[in-house]
Amino acid sequence: MSKVVIRVDNVGKKYRLGVIGTGRLKDDLNMWWAKARGKENPYSKVDSENPGSFDEKEFWALRDLSFEVKEGEVLGIIGKNGAGKSTLLKLLSRVTTPTTGEIKIKGRIASLLEVGTGFHPELTGRENIFLNGAILGMTKAEIRSKLDEIIAFSGVEVYVDTPVKRYSSGMYVRLAFAVAAHLEPEILIVDEVLAVGDADFQKKCIGKMGQVAKEGRTILFVSHNMGAVQALCSRAIMLQSGKLFYEGTTRDTIAKYSHMAFDGTKAMKIWPDPSIAPGNFSVKLLSVKVLDNLENVRNIFTDNEEFFIEMEFSVQNAGNSLTSNLQLFTEGGIFVLSSGNWASTTLNVDPYSNRTFGKGIFKSRMKFPAYFFNEGGYFINAIINREAMTPIVYVEEAVTFTIVDSGDMRKEYTDFMGGVVRPKLEWMTTQVNEYSLNTN
Amino acid sequence: MNKDFEEINVEWSLVIRPKTSWFDWQIADIWRYRDLLMLFVRRDFVSAYKQTILGPLWYLIQPLLTTVMFIVVFDRVAQIPTDGAPPALFYLSGLVIWNYFSTCLTKTSVTFSANSGIFGKVYFPRLIMPISNIISALIGFGIQLMLLFVLLLYFYFFVGVQFSLNIYLLALPFLLLLVASLGLGFGIIISSLTTKYRDLANLIGFGTQLLMYATPVIYPLSFFEGKYRSLIMINPLTPIIEMFRFSILGVGEFQVSSLLYTIIFTIVSLFIGILIFNKIEKSFMDVV
Repeated sequence: MSKVVIRVDNVGKKYRLGVIGTGRLKDDLNMWWAKARGKENPYSKVDSENPGSFDEKEFWALRDLSFEVKEGEVLGIIGKNGAGKSTLLKLLSRVTTPTTGEIKIKGRIASLLEVGTGFHPELTGRENIFLNGAILGMTKAEIRSKLDEIIAFSGVEVYVDTPVKRYSSGMYVRLAFAVAAHLEPEILIVDEVLAVGDADFQKKCIGKMGQVAKEGRTILFVSHNMGAVQALCSRAIMLQSGKLFYEGTTRDTIAKYSHMAFDGTKAMKIWPDPSIAPGNFSVKLLSVKVLDNLENVRNIFTDNEEFFIEMEFSVQNAGNSLTSNLQLFTEGGIFVLSSGNWASTTLNVDPYSNRTFGKGIFKSRMKFPAYFFNEGGYFINAIINREAMTPIVYVEEAVTFTIVDSGDMRKEYTDFMGGVVRPKLEWMTTQVNEYSLNTN
Repeated sequence: MNKDFEEINVEWSLVIRPKTSWFDWQIADIWRYRDLLMLFVRRDFVSAYKQTILGPLWYLIQPLLTTVMFIVVFDRVAQIPTDGAPPALFYLSGLVIWNYFSTCLTKTSVTFSANSGIFGKVYFPRLIMPISNIISALIGFGIQLMLLFVLLLYFYFFVGVQFSLNIYLLALPFLLLLVASLGLGFGIIISSLTTKYRDLANLIGFGTQLLMYATPVIYPLSFFEGKYRSLIMINPLTPIIEMFRFSILGVGEFQVSSLLYTIIFTIVSLFIGILIFNKIEKSFMDVV
């Protein structure tokens, strides 16, 4: 039975919104004076619900949050923006304190956010290793014992006594990362959302994480990338509006998250008022619809049905060369494909491919074939390009649709089928020879 | 193994809970991070030397030019007495202490605003920052003190001024501790208040300038009589500077009572400073 190394118990974090003082002593004194005389608050926001009041609005970034993390566990923390993930991390790294409840931690906790914190450009690489290590909580003796290792890992041996302001940005990050990587915390926090830096560096963070996990240490992983969470985490929790919304296996939690984040009801989007329709003065998008082959607007299909995405747009000035374009995403945000009616990318011949348009109203329709999607939710970004390259209309998540399993492809295998598409593909199995494992 | 049993066996190394106590000062934590404290001092030291043409010479130029200025304005033009001491030594001895105080004050008064980046990312006892500032400021003080002694020797050998160093010089470390604590106390009070009121930061610049004129830097305490004298006696720095001057030049006046007043004043302001600082420290990241 493994030990509990983090226990979050009924934790809440309250922020105050609205009037938290004006930030200037004179104005604050004015405000108190007005309050004392029973006058209106001269500094309240005019557009607030009741202007002139002194009320402060409260906002609970986290509320009644309780969960446990066991030793050696890799816990994924997912949730939409504003769900409280960052606040939770801030509490765990002691940057701020909870309003209610308590968090108990066993062992040293470190976060890969802190990479390079406190680096001073005038100091040499070696001096910065000591400074940064101490900021992260190591003692001088600990740093000294790991110094050679850190320098070797960073790969900046030759320049270790050069001020870091002369380093390239790559060297700088490598050195900073080397210090963090040798911190050897019992608990590691990785916040992919906030891990700015190049893709290479992010990859390094994830790589380090995998290695730490193998060593049996505990990791909290915050990410928007469901693929990474799925690959790395044994268990996941989902936060929603500051509360624990779901706790379970990674797969179940991700499924819950996808379901919550996805608005499956957008079968069509129409802009009745052309003045606020997306586009410019000459091209306006009028509507985007999901249609079945009987021209009905609907957006729940079985995997054996074909259906259409239709964009309607008006052209007011003749002479533009326009391309209709769609991007397809899964509900979890995986970019599946993009498609447009350029002549070289269509299966058929679209008479308006690579052509200039006259004035009028046009419809572009694309067909998704049957047996193409896996089950799940998808959404479409609608785009119209001018001169093939320049987007003049770009509508994110214009329509959504859901694919339900018809059972057509489930006659033999009935368990979970992964992936974002499930096309029927050609298979051929032949016998190579008769009953001999020797293929020569 | 049942759950209760396991519960007892777990020894939490850290418990994060809402901090409500005014007196939760985490002295042990500051001690644990002492290596960091010294590394911050080292950082200040090294970075002060690099990247400037004259390096530590700046520590000499500033008091020297100021002293020359004071001689011209306050000695020659205004003819304010210096208790019979050579004006150059008189002004410089006051400036050395004053500079240390004002450096402590101005450096620590921006603790939160200057370090919000690092404070927002990683935990360490926040008091480490201002404490490292007052220790770093000792470097400049040491250089200026050396300058004062060189000037003293010059006056002794070449001008024929009487040798006046005396036993009270042994009190210097104690006086320094008082100045540092006073600077730290006021500095962290101001830094805590500026997190809420940014415009207070403007006050510091000319506030310290004005305060210098309320401190016996350019005049001796004996210059004043009556109510002005008691006004200047309110300034806790007055006995410190007068005593320092006495230990070096043999001029100046100080009583045990006024020194005692300074000690109590210092302890109280440092205490209030740490109280407010600790309170602000907890909510600082939510306000920025």
